[in-house]
Formats: sequence, C-alpha cells, structure tokens
Amino acid sequence: MMRSARSSDPNLVRMGFMPLTDCAPVVAASLLGFAEAEGLRVNLTKEASWATLRDRIAVRHLDAAHMLAPMPIAACLGLTPLPDRLIVPLMLGFGGNTITVSCALWADLKAAGAPTRLEASGTARALAEVAARRRREGAPKLVFAVVHHHSAHTYQLSYWLAAAGILPNVEIDIVAVPPPLMPSALAAGQIDGFCAGEPWGRVASVTGSGRCVTTNIAIWRASPEKVLGVAQDWAEADPERHFRLIRAVYKAAVWCDDPANRSELARLLARPEIFDLPAEILEANLDGRIALDNGEEMQVSGFLNFSRSAATFPWKSHAAWFYSQMVRWGETKMSADGYACAQATYRPDVHRTALAPLDVPLPTANAKIEGAITAETAVPSTVGRLFLASDRFFDGGIFDPERIEDYLASQPVKADGPR
Amino acid sequence: MSDRALHILVIDANRIRASIIEEGLKEAGQARVTVIDEAKGLMRRIVELDPDVIVIDLESPNRDALEHMFQVSRAAKRPVAMFVDRTDDASIEAAIDAGVSAYVVDGLKKERIKPILDTAIRRFRAFERLRQELDQARNELSERKRIERAKGILMRTRGLSEESAYALLRSTAMQQNKRIAEIAESLITAARLLGEEEGI
Repeated sequence: MMRSARSSDPNLVRMGFMPLTDCAPVVAASLLGFAEAEGLRVNLTKEASWATLRDRIAVRHLDAAHMLAPMPIAACLGLTPLPDRLIVPLMLGFGGNTITVSCALWADLKAAGAPTRLEASGTARALAEVAARRRREGAPKLVFAVVHHHSAHTYQLSYWLAAAGILPNVEIDIVAVPPPLMPSALAAGQIDGFCAGEPWGRVASVTGSGRCVTTNIAIWRASPEKVLGVAQDWAEADPERHFRLIRAVYKAAVWCDDPANRSELARLLARPEIFDLPAEILEANLDGRIALDNGEEMQVSGFLNFSRSAATFPWKSHAAWFYSQMVRWGETKMSADGYACAQATYRPDVHRTALAPLDVPLPTANAKIEGAITAETAVPSTVGRLFLASDRFFDGGIFDPERIEDYLASQPVKADGPR
Repeated sequence: MSDRALHILVIDANRIRASIIEEGLKEAGQARVTVIDEAKGLMRRIVELDPDVIVIDLESPNRDALEHMFQVSRAAKRPVAMFVDRTDDASIEAAIDAGVSAYVVDGLKKERIKPILDTAIRRFRAFERLRQELDQARNELSERKRIERAKGILMRTRGLSEESAYALLRSTAMQQNKRIAEIAESLITAARLLGEEEGI
C-alpha cells in the first residue's frame, strides 16, 4: 500500500471513530486535553461505516482509529479488501454490548421460559426452542443483525447461538446493519434482534421497539470489544509519538471509568458531532443500567469497563480467540502463519513500554488461558499488585491459545469449512 | 467470462449524482447500468439484479451491510474483489479521495473494470465540483442580499444615500481588513440586537 497523504505536523494524529459508547477513551483523549498534555494535536473524525474507517486508514488518511477488536487481525490476514498492517497497542475496554430483540420475539422467548434478568444460557435455550418451533411451523427464519462482519459482536453472537445448538447463518440469519439504524430496523420488523454496542440497545428499549435479553459480558465476562488500531508504519516512524498517543488514550480511559466523571463524559458524548442523543441515555450506558420490562432497570456490574482489571491490556490470547472464531466459522483455514500473523497484531510489549513512565501495574504475561479466572485473582505484574476479574465464558468453556485445534474440535457447532 | 455487457449497479441516495454517473458510464459505452437509491430492501434488490459491478458512495452507511452480505452469501456469484487491483495504490487512493467505493464480482478481467472505475471517479469529482460551485453561487447570492440589507439600514438610520452607504461599508471593510459581506453581517446583527431590524 502507498503511504501518502502525510501530514507535515509531526505531532498531529488523525483518528477516526464510530458513534458507539466505547469510543469514549478516544474522544476524551482528543477533546479533554489528554492528548494535548502529551504534546499531540488530534484531528478527530466521525466515520459513516466501519468499511470507510478501514479504507481511510488503509490509504493513511487516518493514522489510528477506534476499531472493532477483530478488524486489525482480519486486515493482517488479508480477509479485508485492502490488506494492511495494523497493530493494537491498547484495548478500549470490555463489555458494552447488548443482545436486544423485538417485542414480538421477546414475548415468544418469555413463553419459552427465557429468564427476565439477562442471563445468557437460559435465554439461548429459549431462543433455540423458538427457532426450532418456527422451523416446524414453516415460519420465516429469525434474522439477527450485527454491526460488521469482522466484529466481536459477530463472534459473540455466533458463540452464544452455537452453544445452544443453533447454527448461525443457517438456522438464524445474520445480517449487518449500521448501529444507529438498529432500533428502527427492529421496530420496522426488518430484523428480529441485534447484537450491538450501546447506546443502541437502550435507544431501542426507551423507544419501545425492543427488549435487551443479554449482554456480551454475560456471554464472556471479560469480552474484549473495541481497540485502538494503529497503522504499523505510523507507529514505527516515530515510536515515542506512538507511546504518547497510547498514554493519552490510557489516561482518558482511566478518567472515563471514574464515576465522578460520568455526567461530564455523558454530556461530551451527547454533543451533536459525536452522538447527537440525550445525555441521559449515555449516562445510563456508562452506569451499566439496562432497561427490563415495565420501566424496571437492572444495574449490571462491569457492563462497560474501560481500564479496570487491565482492560486496556492487549492480550495475545484475545487475538488468538478471535482467530479461532474466524477459523471456526470458515473465514480462514487454520495455519501456523495465520496464527502467528493474528498474534503479531496485538502488542502487549508496546503497551508496557508506553505505559512504563506511569508506574501502573500491568500483567507480565502476554497471554492467558481465557475463561479460567472465575473469581478475582492476583497475577504477576510489572509494578505493584494487579488483580484480574473473572473472564468466564457463560458455558464454562476454556480457551488455551496454544491449543486452538483441540478447542475447535470441542465446540458443539461449527461451520462446514470455508465457503 | 464472456465479453457480454457488464451489469453495473449504481447505489446512491443522491439522485442527481447517480444520474451524472449513469450518464458517464453510458457515454463510455456501458450499456447495462441500473441505478437504485438506498431504500429499504436494498439487499434483496441486489440479489435480484445480480450485478457484476457495484458503485456506491464511500460515505454510505450501508457499506458494512453490503460487505457482510458478500461475506456470508452462499451464492456462486458474489462481488468480493472490492478494488480493481490491490497493487494499484494510485487508483485506490483516487477512488477514496473522490468518495467512491466499488465492489466487483471475482474473476472479472482488470482491463474491463478499470475504465468503469475511472469513469465513476471522474463523475464523482465532477459532481463534487458542481456542488461546490452551487454552494459558492448560493453564498454569493446571500452575500449580495446581506449587503443590500446593510445599505438599507445605513440609509434609514444615518440618512445616507445608497452610494454613500455602500462607500461607508467598503471603507470600514478596508480599515478592518475584512470583506464587505462580513461588515454587512455584523451591521445586520447589531441592528437586530438594537431592535431596528426584523430577523431574517
């Protein structure tokens, strides 16, 4: 790829984002002085689609972006139109997604015994029953939407469906819909449900077009969601500048997590150039409040976590899990090269180097066995003491990044090879 | 693949731009061009129309949906190669600069696609120029109106002739190193604040 459109200002960072609540650390870093404190000037742009954001970074109209966690891996593996070398030096947090269904489907799920308080496995069982009944009755297949193919949503939704014995794209169709259009697509009956980042689940709830039935953290307690994706050549051209960017976004993420800053953050995100939505909706997302039936709300602890429990740390085992799901659903074939390529995208080493001056505890390991931590656990850290919260999968699955093939063989449902 | 005419689908919510592109492609000898807007049922329409090439506005929020459909589609014919030539950086950047994205059915020869994409890029640029000229013309028109209005205020409040009112605006603009329209604008605002002028 060409590396043109260079800016003459060595301290300028051109960053893109999509309007989803977890763009908060990138937006706060850019607009609340964290980048400035690191001597950086940020040119922040809102993009209309993930595809456009990806293309803009590929031609280097952007240097870095708020990206879906699997996107940089897909770009490195050449699964996207413009293969590219992107790296992930920092995660933008865990959680923040809901699976929201239409009111009609929610009524069917309740009748099939779905739990009312967002519990993942019971809801999946009820959905499997509803899908099976529809098949018997010759009713049209259910349609669920995600925001983009190479998204954590696609893999979370597929994992959740498959665990209940539902084959994604065969028994339930999966389509992509732009996040802001999800609530209206649900209301219009074009889709029966969606898996998307907030605030769109809440918007569907408050407008009466849908009901949240579970969350991504109910599916995978520490599910990585968005990342800071950086053009590798931009990072390497001036490593110190790259480190300053990582520090700015890290400090912004810590700031975003502080409950004392929530109202200010909600007001910042509510602005017309970011979301153009009422601040109350965004504040509810940041508080982890999910609407249930009849005006009742549930506070989901750890629903959206920007920095606690090493949430910014780019675990190589997260990259490996996304890679395993790309193999599982037939998007790529398992290979040593592909695995190495996926792993090389996530850069815990860069994360530690960049944050060393801040003296914050970071894991000394680069990877972990995902799903093995069931209660808060102390882990070896660079400085001080570090505790990791549970990273449990709802079905009790354990993912060892060194043993992907065994893991895939143990999964209940898989695609029938590359299509 | 045979040399039969390629079926080109132009998806654009902007009708004027769509017809500019359509016309350009037809002038370039492409006989089968279909234009649709981004209404509901877009995906189903694409399946029905079964195009060889899709040209779509880069800023369209529907691109993710489109790419997802190509990714999961089990149909034999699916547009996957989304840029003419992955190694042709200049043409990729030209397309992105012009705001065009294109999706092409795999297996089509590069020579057949390149002229189509080039035409689309030229037409997107032509439309952009047209839009800018239109914006500028509108702007100039409203500037002239503002100056007229400011002159009227001066004539009424200071008892000046039209000529002297304009001269005053011009000399003020020169002193402050601003455009006459800007001075007119601040005068109108001031007059409005003082209740001497109705809102626009």
